[in-house]
Amino acid sequence: MNSGAQSPVKEPILSVRNIKVYFPIQTAGLFSGTIPLKAVDGVDFDLLAGETLGVVGESGCGKSTLGRGILQLLELSDGNVVWMGNNIGGLSFREMKKYRKQLQIIFQDPLASLNPRMTIGDIIAEPLTVHYPELSAEERTQQVKDMMDRVGLLPLMINRYPHEFSGGQCQRIGVARAMILKPKLIVCDEPVSALDVSIQAQIINLIKGLQEDFGLSLIFISHDLSIVRHISHRIMVLYLGNAVEVADRKRLYNNPCHPYTQALISAVPIPDPDLEKAKQRIVLQGDLPSPLNPPSGCVFRTRCPLARDLCAREKPRLQQIDPDHQVACHFWQEAQDQRII
Amino acid sequence: MLLDVQNLTTRFHTHDGEVCAVNNINFSVEAGECLGVVGESGSGKTQAFLSIMGLLAKNGSADGQVYFDGRQILGLSGNELNNLRGVEFSMIFQDPMTSLNPFMRISRQMTEVLSEHQGLSEKDAVKRSLDLLDLVGIPEAKKRFSMYPHEFSGGMRQRVMIAMALLCEPKLLIADEPTTALDVTVQAQILELIARLGSELNMATVLITHDLGVIAGLSDRVMVMYGGRIVEKAPVRDLFKQPQHPYSKGLLESMPRVDDSNNKSLYTIPGQPPDLQALPLGCAFIPRCEHAFAPCENQVPDLVKISSDRFKACHLEELP
Ligand SMILES: Nc1ncnc2c1ncn2[C@@H]1O[C@H](COP(=O)(O)OP(=O)(O)O)[C@@H](O)[C@H]1O
Ligand code: SF4
Ligand code: SF4
Ligand SMILES: [Mg+2]
Repeated sequence: MNSGAQSPVKEPILSVRNIKVYFPIQTAGLFSGTIPLKAVDGVDFDLLAGETLGVVGESGCGKSTLGRGILQLLELSDGNVVWMGNNIGGLSFREMKKYRKQLQIIFQDPLASLNPRMTIGDIIAEPLTVHYPELSAEERTQQVKDMMDRVGLLPLMINRYPHEFSGGQCQRIGVARAMILKPKLIVCDEPVSALDVSIQAQIINLIKGLQEDFGLSLIFISHDLSIVRHISHRIMVLYLGNAVEVADRKRLYNNPCHPYTQALISAVPIPDPDLEKAKQRIVLQGDLPSPLNPPSGCVFRTRCPLARDLCAREKPRLQQIDPDHQVACHFWQEAQDQRII
Repeated sequence: MLLDVQNLTTRFHTHDGEVCAVNNINFSVEAGECLGVVGESGSGKTQAFLSIMGLLAKNGSADGQVYFDGRQILGLSGNELNNLRGVEFSMIFQDPMTSLNPFMRISRQMTEVLSEHQGLSEKDAVKRSLDLLDLVGIPEAKKRFSMYPHEFSGGMRQRVMIAMALLCEPKLLIADEPTTALDVTVQAQILELIARLGSELNMATVLITHDLGVIAGLSDRVMVMYGGRIVEKAPVRDLFKQPQHPYSKGLLESMPRVDDSNNKSLYTIPGQPPDLQALPLGCAFIPRCEHAFAPCENQVPDLVKISSDRFKACHLEELP
């Protein structure tokens, strides 16, 4: 099935059940008080060891909140996160410490995520200092240098500061810091979005190579459907905090069954003038609705070309339409039949 | 030829010396065509067109000749340029707030331009503004006419900026990364709009972007920039089917594609984008080029004609 990466063991390393993250928002005026912004509104999935789950969707759809919620970097409003058999949902920062070695994160903005006053050696070593204080300075330095070498940084640069590095190199520093504890899962939150095209490919290959060498599981968050297709085994499409389609890579791109997924894929420009100019495109009307005031029923109905009465009344559940494929749409069969892409 | 740029060089004076952001570039734009401009950040795309528009930062200066409709416009005074900018040619940016006044209602921003440049009456100016908002796809334009820029969503604000740029029916629209900050479904709307406006208004467009996919769908011709220079210029099909410069070829090969099921390692261009203050003596691409050979080291390759409508700046006879 998943050519390229070794086929994952069929035991989930992570199970996410019905997780919700609501942010209380102050409202002014007549009805002042707080109302919940439902950034993530009941998401379920399993992740296997060695597997990459791609998470796609437009800005504000809850991708980063989901990633942070899973790692308990944000407080969950509801739901369970089971990591290797332990429920870590709602654990305090201190209680999470023993799991942090296994669970890491890489951020979008490489430079902003690095402390400007620390040398890159200290930045990469910091997790070691926290989790393995017994290591001698020499051992620590050696591990840092080995990791720098592995991610494509010259070990002799160990005493330099982040601002002396380009965006691509800063992202390598971020990868080295996330990898130094040999974690089992890394949440990659738009790790290449801020990088130039020629540097994106370098970082994608690096992350993929590390995954294969260390058997890492990845949650790869991105708005770029081309990159997600390239790197993921399975993909979840989010819209306004809801998973609208989850499928293995092949099915999602060859047989998308949710109208939103279809529109997303058809909107991505293809670097081929003949294909691109001939392509039929589903151009969605309008913008994403405010998550403070999501549509009733199906969250996608205000932009959906197939929407009808039922969609306003009843929220479609994420249903299994094939062993490797789930869709949340009342009329997915129709969407599948009408597909133009 | 609508726009003819000859030997354009743009320098910035900074406290650690001079930076040559655009280095002796030559190109033209024909009436009604769409020219795509690609390159990585810092390759000089934006500064080249800001130079043409007379909008460089204070520490910058541009040399060369820029002919618009036959008239030399580089170095014109601010007053003279004000009569051309937004009238004969307009430029739009990634961030719409660079062109919109946050404290002024859209209605006033639009009608003021029309009364100032076209001498339209209040009534005609309102009508023309509403027509344009309609044209760029603002639903219920009348209702939104008196809103402030921040009251529009990202995609709508981009449309308002485009409408502003089109008020005086320019012959040329320069769009600098107009969709980079937008989501892909909104990007599709804006690209469709730009293509439609180009053909309906017979307006030439320059589309500056780092995204080769965007270029592929919209452009007639493409120029590729690297380190402040043009390294390749070609009709869009030729560039994508048979890139002739190692950098263009590398860029194309390193991009994952949404229509490609392959998940093997991506081709990569090694190394980093060039530092304009420490460019190599010869070809700027040499530290990253797998084809580099002796002449590349001390001689900057000129942009030369390789067939009737193709140009490249590379010492290689032909790319293997
Ligand atoms: N005011 C300025 N002072 C000094 N350097 C500048 C200034 N504005 C731009 N530059 C430099 O000019 C180069 C080209 O920039 P730009 O045209 O913006 O590239 P692109 O649009 O291709 O990303 C960059 O190295 C940039 O840092
Ligand atoms: S449930 Fe209705 S509105 Fe939602 S995606 Fe399906 S057809 Fe569209
Ligand atoms: S001139 Fe030489 S270094 Fe430059 S692109 Fe051509 S072969 Fe490569
Ligand atoms: Mg730019």
